[in-house]
Amino acid sequence: MLAYIIRRVFQSVIVLLVVGLVAFSMFRFVGDPIDNMLGQERTQADIDRLRTELGLDQPFPVQYFKFLQGAVEGNFGVSYRQGRPVSTIIAERAPATLELALVSGFFAITLGIALGVFTAIRRNGIAANTIMTLSLIGVSLPTFLIGILLIYIFSVELDLLPSFGRGDTVQIGGWSTGFLTASGLKALILPSITLGLYQMTLIMRLVRSEMLEVLRADYVRFARARGLAERAINFRHALKNTLVPVITVTGLQLGSIIAFAIITETVFQWPGVGLLFINAIQFVDIPVMAAYLMLISVMFVGINLIVDLLYFAIDPRLRVDGRTA
Amino acid sequence: MTLLDINKLTVEFPTRRKVFRAVDAASLTVEPGQIHGLVGESGAGKSTIGAAVLGLLERPGHITGGDIVFKGDTISGLNADAMRKLRGKKISMIFQDPLTSLNPLFTVKEQLVETIQAHHDVSDAEATQRARDLIDRVGIPDPDTRLDQYPHQFSGGMRQRVVIALALCSEPDVIIADEPTTALDVSVQAQILDLIKELARERQVGVILVTHDMGVIAETTDVVTVMYAGEVVESGPTEQVMGRPEHPYTKSLIAAVPRPTLKLHRFPQISYGGRETRFAIEDLARNWPKVENDPSKPLYEIKGITKRFLQKRGLLPWNREYFTAVDQVSFDIKPGEVFGVVGESGSGKSTVARMIAGLYQVDEGEVIFDGKTVSNLSDKATQEAYRQDIQMIFQDPFSSLNPRMRVDEIVAEPIRHHKLMEGNAIQKRVEDLLDQVGLGASAALKYPHEFSGGQRQRISIARALATQPRFLICDEPTSALDVSIQAQILNILKDLQEHLGLTMLFISHDLPVVRQMCDRVAVMKAGKIAEIQDTESLFANPQTEYTRELLDLMPKLDDLSTENLE
Repeated sequence: MLAYIIRRVFQSVIVLLVVGLVAFSMFRFVGDPIDNMLGQERTQADIDRLRTELGLDQPFPVQYFKFLQGAVEGNFGVSYRQGRPVSTIIAERAPATLELALVSGFFAITLGIALGVFTAIRRNGIAANTIMTLSLIGVSLPTFLIGILLIYIFSVELDLLPSFGRGDTVQIGGWSTGFLTASGLKALILPSITLGLYQMTLIMRLVRSEMLEVLRADYVRFARARGLAERAINFRHALKNTLVPVITVTGLQLGSIIAFAIITETVFQWPGVGLLFINAIQFVDIPVMAAYLMLISVMFVGINLIVDLLYFAIDPRLRVDGRTA
Repeated sequence: MTLLDINKLTVEFPTRRKVFRAVDAASLTVEPGQIHGLVGESGAGKSTIGAAVLGLLERPGHITGGDIVFKGDTISGLNADAMRKLRGKKISMIFQDPLTSLNPLFTVKEQLVETIQAHHDVSDAEATQRARDLIDRVGIPDPDTRLDQYPHQFSGGMRQRVVIALALCSEPDVIIADEPTTALDVSVQAQILDLIKELARERQVGVILVTHDMGVIAETTDVVTVMYAGEVVESGPTEQVMGRPEHPYTKSLIAAVPRPTLKLHRFPQISYGGRETRFAIEDLARNWPKVENDPSKPLYEIKGITKRFLQKRGLLPWNREYFTAVDQVSFDIKPGEVFGVVGESGSGKSTVARMIAGLYQVDEGEVIFDGKTVSNLSDKATQEAYRQDIQMIFQDPFSSLNPRMRVDEIVAEPIRHHKLMEGNAIQKRVEDLLDQVGLGASAALKYPHEFSGGQRQRISIARALATQPRFLICDEPTSALDVSIQAQILNILKDLQEHLGLTMLFISHDLPVVRQMCDRVAVMKAGKIAEIQDTESLFANPQTEYTRELLDLMPKLDDLSTENLE
């Protein structure tokens, strides 16, 4: 088991290196940061001086190597736009995104699994069919449109919930949380639904189809024949067997909740890392972009590792293979 | 007092076009301590009766007539909740496949305790104690460690014991065993049947044993009911029905059972119900290339072939562990003979076949076909030429045909691959082949799912014959089929040998079938050959202890009627 984890961590490092390499090779196409940094009255000498100062005159593998050198020491460089260390900027912004992702992930998983089981058990019921039809809307509507619709209904028309920002936050150590104030919690509702709706419908549909498959299995029939209660069969025997494929997809989806919070953050002006990234692209703020991309890939890789370890926890058959494989 | 009285039970499945009557006014009774056999071919409605008794009919099936009386109370038509209370508590069920009837994600203990607590109001500790006792009772050694294991850590036979323990959790009065031993090896089958017999006597449980295996019926049951197309055709004490069958269907069914003690030239075919049995061997033989079989020279020389599978991976060679599936196996196959390989599951017989077919590389040794080495071929041209000469027929007719391909594409594929013909000639040849195997040329445009198991196996045969091979590998070709269909397929294979001079490797775990089919037999045990003999002398005079044991385990069919046999 330990050997497996070590091997996976080793693989993860390679993945991160490749992601960084690809990112760096593309930065030159984003634009020239110098244009934005210097004013109209710049001279060629200014340009050259700044270019050398930032190390932008060097070939991208060298730039990449320098970035890695710094990253190992925890130094991601200084933002071109804000002139502050990137690690500080991200540390300020990350709590907002992580809290948003956490809430919407929780919303997507609990509601997705519950509705999935429900629609599978009552597969011909009116309620289940209505949910299935509505879920199509969740899958097919683009995120920004859902966000705008929600803002229109709940903020503009009903005036119940805020349409932008995080509300009041409380500082705990270096972490600013919106969980502890009423306005912070209220502000979380609309962005979380916007961000989690697609994932929720996806999880729901997946749970439903897996569940329908499992309910036909012999061991479920045998459980019925033994006279076990319907609830025990559905929620113990059947649900646990649907989890392996569901976890795979859910894990990937959680990664994308964080990574693609960008759109939601833009719509709701949520002060998270996604918004930071968008601004960084507009300004060609290479250190911020690089750090952000690395952060996202660390998350993806980490979530995937957790997903793989969850397989072992759920399915005893893999544990044996894990020892031999 | 009669435990279970099924009286004129009718079960119907309404479909869009018409109502399908799966069970038609079937009646049978079960007494305490009695094993009641329910026999018939697939689709006869025997499993449906079991499901109806438990109230587990698949929708839209439902009971439309008759009633089921359990200990004096009518239980058909009870509501779902009342039925659930009865299920497991009074009437239990054992399913066919022990591999799929246990939940893979829970330990044996969890499943047992859960079931015990569903029926009895007992503490966790007491339920665990009862679970332990049950595991011990069904003959699983070392119950304390076994309890905490998961189903995949048990062998097939042991799993079926767990299933039986689960069925016994609530101390039921009636157990419905639906093909409880079909998925098991002969030796394990005998043990499980003994266990069921013992439990029936000891606990005075009434058992309905649903099976298609006449051997199991003859050995295990007290009373037997024979079903055909949803109707009971004959019922009575086992000895009487098996020994002196009265109904023509029972007679033909019994005649089709391969006998361990008697070698027949051809299998008697079930004549009841007017089935397709045609096989136009003469047409096929007319276009077949004439093969000169030189009996002095073997077609195959298998020299000490060995196959190891990696069991534990390791970076360093000495950390790796291997499992030797086939160990130094040598034999010759003479041209024109049917060479049988028998053994229990895991004995390596299929691995041998795959090495001969070139599907597996050989780790040691050599396969020589017609004087040329054909194992571990790297030369594409020789490999293709060899592949054209050999073809395989697989066990499972459902998974060995691509469901997305039309039958004509399936049969034409080997012809196209080896570029034996072009254009319209292929279509003509495919239609001829389908016609010759008795499916008719119209089968060409259908898809595999439109055919029954026996018909699919005919498609497999047509596909195997498409390249006009010299050698056929048949890997358990009939073990998934009903006895009457089995007889038809085996007769086809015999015709191929006799009329076309085809040489065959016939792999089976079913000794009576092997006796009918093979000229010589190799008995395999744990990857090694235990003995090789002419079929007749092997059965008359086995040389090794292992073969003797296998022969002893064969169901005794001496009581079966020999009417209709040649």
